[in-house]
Amino acid sequence: MAKQYEFSSKGLPYLLVLPQMVIVFLFFFWPSAQAIWQSFFLQDPFGGKVIFVGFENYTKLFTDPDYWASFRVSTSFAISVAFSSMTIALFIAVQANKKIKYDSFYKTMMIWPYAVATMVAGVLWLFMFNPNVGIIAWILKYKLGVEWSHLLKSDQAFLLLTLAASWKQISYNFVFFLAGLQSVPLPLVEAAAIDGAGPVKRFWTIIFPLLSPTSFYLLVMNLVYGFFETFPIVHQVTAGGPGKATQILVYKVRRDGVINLDLGSSSAQSVILMFMVISLTIFQFRFIERRVTY
Amino acid sequence: MTEHKKSARLFPHIVLWFAIIIILFPLYFVFVASTRTSADILSAPMPMYPGPHLIRNYGQALLEGTKNLGASAFTMMKNSFIMAMGISSGKIIVSLLAAFAIVFFNFPGRKFCFWAIFITLMLPVEVRIMPTYKVISDLGMLNSYAGLILPMIVSATAVFLFRQFFLSVPREITEASQIDGATSMQFFRSILVPMTRTPVAAMFVIQFIYGWNQYLWPLLITTKVEYYTLLIGINRMLSGADVQIEWQIVMATTLLALIPPVLVVVIMQKQFVAGMTDTEK
Amino acid sequence: MKRIALLAMIALVVVGAYAQTTVEFWHAMTGKNGEMVQALADKFNASQKDYKVQPVYKGSYSDTMNAGIAAFRAGQAPAIIQVYEVGTATMMAAKGAVKPVYQLMAENNEKFDPKVYIPTITSYYSTSDGKMLSLPFNSSTAVMYFNKDAFKKAGLDPEKAPTTWPEFFAVAQKLKDSGMEGGFTTNWISWIQLENFSAWHNIPFGTRNNGFDGLDTQLVYNSPLVLKHFETIYDLSKKGVFIYGGRENKANPLFISGKVGMHFESIGGYGNMKANAKFNFGVARLPYYPDVPGAPQNSIIGGASLWVFNGKSKAEYKAVADFFSFISETGMQAYWHQNTGYVPITTAAYELTKSQGFYNSNPGHEVAIRQLLNKAPTGNSMGIRFGNFNIIREIEDQTWEDILAGKISVKDGLDKMVREGNKTLRDFERLHK
Repeated sequence: MAKQYEFSSKGLPYLLVLPQMVIVFLFFFWPSAQAIWQSFFLQDPFGGKVIFVGFENYTKLFTDPDYWASFRVSTSFAISVAFSSMTIALFIAVQANKKIKYDSFYKTMMIWPYAVATMVAGVLWLFMFNPNVGIIAWILKYKLGVEWSHLLKSDQAFLLLTLAASWKQISYNFVFFLAGLQSVPLPLVEAAAIDGAGPVKRFWTIIFPLLSPTSFYLLVMNLVYGFFETFPIVHQVTAGGPGKATQILVYKVRRDGVINLDLGSSSAQSVILMFMVISLTIFQFRFIERRVTY
Repeated sequence: MTEHKKSARLFPHIVLWFAIIIILFPLYFVFVASTRTSADILSAPMPMYPGPHLIRNYGQALLEGTKNLGASAFTMMKNSFIMAMGISSGKIIVSLLAAFAIVFFNFPGRKFCFWAIFITLMLPVEVRIMPTYKVISDLGMLNSYAGLILPMIVSATAVFLFRQFFLSVPREITEASQIDGATSMQFFRSILVPMTRTPVAAMFVIQFIYGWNQYLWPLLITTKVEYYTLLIGINRMLSGADVQIEWQIVMATTLLALIPPVLVVVIMQKQFVAGMTDTEK
Repeated sequence: MKRIALLAMIALVVVGAYAQTTVEFWHAMTGKNGEMVQALADKFNASQKDYKVQPVYKGSYSDTMNAGIAAFRAGQAPAIIQVYEVGTATMMAAKGAVKPVYQLMAENNEKFDPKVYIPTITSYYSTSDGKMLSLPFNSSTAVMYFNKDAFKKAGLDPEKAPTTWPEFFAVAQKLKDSGMEGGFTTNWISWIQLENFSAWHNIPFGTRNNGFDGLDTQLVYNSPLVLKHFETIYDLSKKGVFIYGGRENKANPLFISGKVGMHFESIGGYGNMKANAKFNFGVARLPYYPDVPGAPQNSIIGGASLWVFNGKSKAEYKAVADFFSFISETGMQAYWHQNTGYVPITTAAYELTKSQGFYNSNPGHEVAIRQLLNKAPTGNSMGIRFGNFNIIREIEDQTWEDILAGKISVKDGLDKMVREGNKTLRDFERLHK
């Protein structure tokens, strides 16, 4: 990209970045440094007693089968959310991209859930599937003979979380897929149609490959969402249960820190999470975001 | 397009309607619950059509809230709104300034600033929330709108978007304004900012929703009911000790919490879609 | 009219000019209970003009405690904070952070006689030599609720609740056979079916008098009696006689919607049942196993107490001490008890309520008090005091779900609860030695 014209001034640019930098340091770097620092200590919650333990908080986590189980659940949860919300969104986007009547109405109807808070999505779905008062749970049980009890059946709890998390994420994916589909050059598709390729074949051989940058970007974003942003859903819907079956990493980190008041372990878990985000971000930029030129 | 069979024409409509119904489904039940009594809801199954208490429930939610929450949805909505506006406009202003400095000036430390902002993308809220609380309280900002807003207004995404946009501003425009004798700040105010309208609008929608939906941070720092936001109110209504949840009020409040951001998305749909696909791709 | 307005204005100015000390009181009470907290504060504020107590609702118990800790670390702690029973050991161990109530009262020359309090309640919040560390506030205990209409339908006597566990299980089976979806459910698996169960049968839940005598305590509840109890419940869950309703108090809707006929819940939940159940129900004592010597003993409390943070000014402490004396008065206690359903913390308030005839129309509340007073508490029934207790309860909740789902046998599950619980006890001991 061409270099922009540059003004010359000694003090002004510092003044301009100052607000941003103050906030970055006060609210990002300083707290994060504290989290790293605390991960080397055992602490009573009131800060009265502090014992330096080196890497013990980390070694404890890595030798704890529960932590690995939590890691596995988080991974499979993120993957199933990414997979289901992306495929559904793609399928819907392909339909909405056809030149049909009312298409703008359809698009609006697909996009609005983006505005729903993750926490609210959790409340909505829990309310329908609550084994005691939920309407769907009731229909499943008394009309369809399916015993719904996500309080005891871990596969059902997992399924419910996936539903709630994907429901909210579809609109995000939809927006990107639709934008991607709209930038597919029409002549290319029409040429293929003239050559006798059916709609399904056209999709897989022409459109889908053109969508791959979008898909790849969305994959990363959806994994990040499934991994890090779904805390409120788990918090509202299953509280990590039954047993520890849906205790994802972000849930555990807050639970251990805020409810169980184990600051050392919670900080260590935060630091591990931080490394995971950093590697995901680097991964993403290495592969798709080459525009960062500095 | 290329297909002309009737079934092929109908197919997308069927799929889309099916999707819309699934998407609206949870909302319908929330609405039904918000028009009924607590006893209706608890004696499962709740009837599947709306009940007669719409006005009473929403009236209570808006004006009083649940019995001891002490905050009405009206007050909480005001707080959510101030927080969302503060976060979105704060982010936009701070990011515009920073992006302007980074693109239009060459100064020692420019790269450093850029990377410092970039790295904030990688620090999840969970990592920094407890220490941030300490910072805010040291600054005496617990229970203030500043405390709710300030820690949330760093946005690497906004800086990137504006930076990208500024880089694409034709060099000639900048040079012309220089020749006219405009200072850098005059150029910024009267030429650059007006040009940036579209990305600003896009950013505004995204950040308004981000601000409105903040949950973990206000959960920790709002110690006075006067500062509760809607989501905190919902959480508090669901978590009192030894008391029955007033589901009908919770559900009415949930719907009230949904409406403003949904309206923003729907009304500013074009800017929103453009903004999302520009910033993040 | 004008004169009244003028007088009011003068009064306002006078009051305003008066240097009033305000203390914050963070609590976790909503609904009716929250209104009562406000009412107590209002009454206190109206009773004198030097001090003002300002209640602030801070969300769930854990939200409240966590906010208190964060505020303390930031030097912004409230004067009074309500902490749930599982936080007791944590608060006690935080020596620099809290001001013990007995000390506060002595320093402010408030007359303070721990003996006027009901022993099972105060012992929970006192050191083993009887010094009260926090003021019991909302105390409850676990009782059995039963659906009288369902009893009738099943051909049972609706005025006669089962008193022993074998009777209870037989009745549960009959309720199910009469066409109900299940026989019974329970809230709070740890508090009711482990902690109260142990106290009620006078068997130890943990060593060192359930943790009262030191941090070097061990959980020991994986005994043959508890094993038998849990195995029975597990078998009944396979037959659909027991239905699991979730952690904490999430099983309530099963009882309220009439799916099961019997339920275990805190007496603090009575008002809720009354407001929502569309049938007649009764409250009865917890069942016991008749073959256990000494059973039934007495049940233990749950709920929360008021803690005072360190580092406040003299005037603030005086305000808190006055407030504590005020809410401990017999009249106030009776008022609180009769309006919230929590048990009164003084014997005098119980006697007063009885003489007012309150229990004739609310027999359930007396059941709870008499269950607490059933016998003089032993080392097994004074209360429970373990560090990291919320983690221990979480382990119990999780493992209980795994047991019901058939992932682990009842015996292995109980052993696992004890083993993992002891691990967290050692962590706590290490930090607070």
